[in-house]
This record gives sequence, structure tokens and C-alpha cells, in this order.
Amino acid sequence: MISLQNIQKVYRTNTIETLALNSINLNIRKGEFLSIMGPSGCGKSTLLNIMGLLDAPSKGDIKIDDQKLDHLSDKQLAQFRNKKLGFIFQSYHLINDLIVLDNVSLPLLYRTSSEKERKQSATDALEKVGLSNRVKHFPTQLSGGQKQRVAIARAVVGRPEIILADEPTGNLDSAMGNEVMDILLHLNKSEGTTIVMVTHDEHMAKKTHRLVRLFDGSQVQ
Amino acid sequence: MLKNYFKIAIAVLRRRKFFTVISLFGISFTLTILMVLTAFINKVVGDDYPDKKRDRSLYITRLEEDGPTNMSSAGPSFYFLNHYAAGLKIPVKIAISSNFNGTNTYVNNKKIAVNYKYTNADYWDVLEYDFTEGKAFSKQQVENAEKVAVISTDMKNAYFGDESSVVGRYIEADNVKYRVCGVVKNVPITSYMTYSDIYLPYTVSKMDYNYKGYRGGYMGILLANSKSDLSKMHDEYEQMIQKIPMESKEFNRMYSHADTYITSYVDTGNEKQSGVLIVLTVIGVFAFILMLLPTLNLVNINITRIMERSSEIGVRKAFGASSKILVYQFIVENLILTLLGGLIGTILSIAIIKFINSENLIPNLELSLNLTVLFIGLIICLVFGFLSGVYPAWRMSKLNVVTALKA
Repeated sequence: MISLQNIQKVYRTNTIETLALNSINLNIRKGEFLSIMGPSGCGKSTLLNIMGLLDAPSKGDIKIDDQKLDHLSDKQLAQFRNKKLGFIFQSYHLINDLIVLDNVSLPLLYRTSSEKERKQSATDALEKVGLSNRVKHFPTQLSGGQKQRVAIARAVVGRPEIILADEPTGNLDSAMGNEVMDILLHLNKSEGTTIVMVTHDEHMAKKTHRLVRLFDGSQVQ
Repeated sequence: MLKNYFKIAIAVLRRRKFFTVISLFGISFTLTILMVLTAFINKVVGDDYPDKKRDRSLYITRLEEDGPTNMSSAGPSFYFLNHYAAGLKIPVKIAISSNFNGTNTYVNNKKIAVNYKYTNADYWDVLEYDFTEGKAFSKQQVENAEKVAVISTDMKNAYFGDESSVVGRYIEADNVKYRVCGVVKNVPITSYMTYSDIYLPYTVSKMDYNYKGYRGGYMGILLANSKSDLSKMHDEYEQMIQKIPMESKEFNRMYSHADTYITSYVDTGNEKQSGVLIVLTVIGVFAFILMLLPTLNLVNINITRIMERSSEIGVRKAFGASSKILVYQFIVENLILTLLGGLIGTILSIAIIKFINSENLIPNLELSLNLTVLFIGLIICLVFGFLSGVYPAWRMSKLNVVTALKA
């Protein structure tokens, strides 16, 4: 599903060069739930951003569904992300000016769908995460766990094949973290969604199919 | 999609009330100035009372003679207009009138400032004044140099008070008594070619209208049979000017033009400078500067606002918005802001125009916010919104997703 070949990422400033990722080779199968662990600053999020086409590698190839993606234009990349990928962020990144329903339906805005269809899909997605009673609330009226469930609903509303989650339980207490993790596991099992999750939590990582460890930008496991 | 943009635009406006007030104030204040100004220009240029046949009239307001050392420019003389211009074949009539002159008159020992002008009889045929009573003086009365006068409604009220009919009564101006033969609806002073308080036959003028000099403080309006004759009439006048002998040896070139209303209205009095060009440049520069300042202010505020929303930009990009779509979104949001400013500006303009009219700041100039002005206002709003939205939106669209999400 996702193939990373010899991925390298270097950050350059006027005076310094930092190697964030070094020769990463990784193949993620369709329907796999993979977790990435490692200490802070080891390149986990950078790797996830590269997989999500939010950042470009300095070297190496990335293929999703056997499709090489380095030549795509801004518009094509946007369309590809919209159809294939869903994102969950540690700090939720909900738009506080929009109600929950509008936040969830956001990915569908960039597709050809009617308002009615968008509303229906967003309601369905919110039902899956158990928040159908919060559709008209604003994000500021929700708890951390509820916000992350809204973020999950937004990630799945467009039925992407891949979900990339960057420390989705990082800001939550263990009970809420477990709830969120259960939703992701269920999504992976019932719908076959491929999930790549960055986490610091060994306990959460153990629930996934495979664990990849990074250290100083290199893959150590 | 648009509904969503609208929702978020309103939410953003409500969230940062102080910025919103500053932005809206800048836009609405500028628009108010521009709209009142355009209402004024529209009234001055567009109001065709009493020259309702403006579309088939040409105006002669100046005659210039140049020599190697001298240059003299002034309104043409009565003699020049009556002798040369009146002899043209294409015009069906020529209205001749002097520039208005000021004098004082007294009613019950109270001083009233009065403006008067001399006209020929055809003046009343070429122009279509609305008579509230009586009529214009006739050709015969002009030839007989009868001391008759057409007065404006304001003059009637100032001189005769509440009297219902004043035709046949006498009015004194410049120490001469004139019998009122007609009362016309007022003309604002901004229509300086047709404005006056008292209109008198040129034959009663204390100046010698038979004086054969070419310059003499008069103006003429050539009336063509139809609109299509205008250019021919213009050419005929130009050719006539070429053939007229110089008044004296100190001059070797003569310039005078029969121009459309607008061109003669803004005439600079100098052959080498186009009045239209100067007026357009002045208005253009004024409008540009007036719009530039709030535009720069808006650009600045917009950049701050957009950067505050970098997380939203990152999320939208991550979930499939291309840079182009985001630019579109922010421009639409900005247009909503400017149109809101436009709405406030329109309300303010209406209030100010009402105030100008009710206070009679410019006598008889009844300003109105008509459809043309509203349309210009709308265009100004859109240009505003576009100009102040494009650069911030472009800056924002270049934002890297990862950086945006980290901010």
C-alpha cells in the first residue's frame, strides 16, 4: 500500500544541516495497523508527514498504491490526499469557528458532493465515533477526548484507504486514550483501513500489528 | 462551498471585533467619500436641466489668440458669436449668453446679492427652462431693448417674499428696474453656463455689445438638428476659426472650439492643456490615493489574520484544498468583508447626502445616490476586496503544510 525506498530528509539552514531521516525503507501492507515509536526528535512525525505527502523527502522514492508521487502538481497532490488519506493530529486541529458537523464534512468540501450528501456522510461519521449528539457544538465546547473523536470522524468521513495518526492519544488521559484507540482498532478491523500511528505509548503500540522504531532518524526495528 | 466560506468569514469577523471595526471603518469611510464625490460629479455632469438637448449641442466658452510674445484667452464676445458663429450653416440655433455677474439689490433696506446674465432670444429655445409662471422675453423685446427679466424661483422668493405671482412686477438690479416676464426653476451654481438669478436681454447691457473685439465674457451653445450632425458642426466651427482674420498684428493664431458639455465644462483656459485630461488625472490620483491607504491597511490586517489561521490553512491543505482553492476562499472572505463595508458606506453616504441636501450647502444642488453611483460603489468594493485580498491570500497559499500545522 505504502512503499518508502531509501527516504532521506535533511533540514538546511544557513549554518547547519540536520539529518532528520536517513535511509528509511518501509513497506506497509493494505489493511495493516502500524505504529512508529521513538524518542522525541527522532523523525517520527517527519516520516509520517512524508507518507502523508505533506512534506517532500530530500532523497528517495515514495509510492502509494504503486503510484509514484514525486511529479504531482500542488493540485494533483491535494486531490490525492483528499481521496486516499485521512489525518489525525495530536492537537486535533479542529477549526474553532465551525460547528462539529462542518468540521467533519471539511474534506468533502473539496469533492463534488452536494450539501445534503456532505451532511449525511458527516452525521454517519460522527455516529461511528459516538458523537451524534454533538453535531451543532463548537469545538471549544468539547472535552479533549471528544475533540479527538471529532478529528477521527473528519479523517474517516471521505472513506480514505489510509489514516495517518500523529500521537492521537498524546493529549488524552488513559481512559480517553483507550476509547480513541478502540475506535481506530475497530476502523482497521471492520473497514480494512490502513493505519499508521506515531505514538510514545508502548501500551498502545502493542495493540497494533507491527511496530517500527526510529532513533536519530534511522530505523532500528 | 460559498455558504461555508460565508459562515467562516462571519465567524472570523465576529471573533476579532477590534480588527473588524478598524477594517470596516477604513472601507466604509473611503467608500463614503468616493460615493459622495461620484454623486456630486454625477449631478454636476449628468444633470441636464436646463440644457436637455445637450446630446445635440456644442458649447463655445473660450477664445484664445496667440502671438510670438502675447497670449490672450477669454470667453468670446457677443459680436464674435453673433457675427461668426451665428453664420454657420449646420447649427439650427445659437444660444448666446454672458457669464453671470454679481451685483447687489435692496429689499426693505436689506441687501441681497444677485447674479445676472444677458442672453439672446434664442437662448430660451435652445435651453429648456421650466417656467413656473410667465414666459421668456421675445426676439422683439430683445431688439427693442426692453427692460424685462426672467428670474429664478429663489430670486422671486428673496425679492418678493410669499407673493404668488410676480409677472409684471418690477425688480431692481444694478440700479436699473426690470419688469419680470417669467420665473424659472432654479439652476445650481455648479451649472455655471446656465446658472443665474436674473436673465436679461443682451441689448440692455451697459457694455457695448456691438464692440467688435473677439473676446468679451460671453458663451455660445450651438444646437444641431440631430445628434449625427454634431461632428459636422464641430468641424464647421473649426474651419470657420481658421478663416477668421486676426484682431491685431500681435497675434498669429486663434483657437476656439465648439465642444461637448463635459469638455467645455472642464476647460482649463489654456490651449496647451486638456481640461478633461487634467480632471481625469486629478480624480484618478485622488481616488487611487484614497483607496490605496485603506487597501494597504487591509492587506496588513489580512496578513495578520491569515497567519493567525495557519492551523486552519494546514488542515485544509492536508484534507485536500489546493493553494488555488485557498486563495479563492480568502479572496471571497475578503470580498464579504468589503461588501459589508460597502453596505455601511452606502448607508453613511445616504445619510451624508441627506445632510448636504437638507442644509442646502450648495444651493439648488440636490444630490442623490442613484443607481449609477451605487453601481460604481459596488465596483469600488469589489476592486477593494480583490486588491486587499490577493497578496495576503497568495502569501498564505505558499505556506508549507507542516509549518502551518506547527504554528
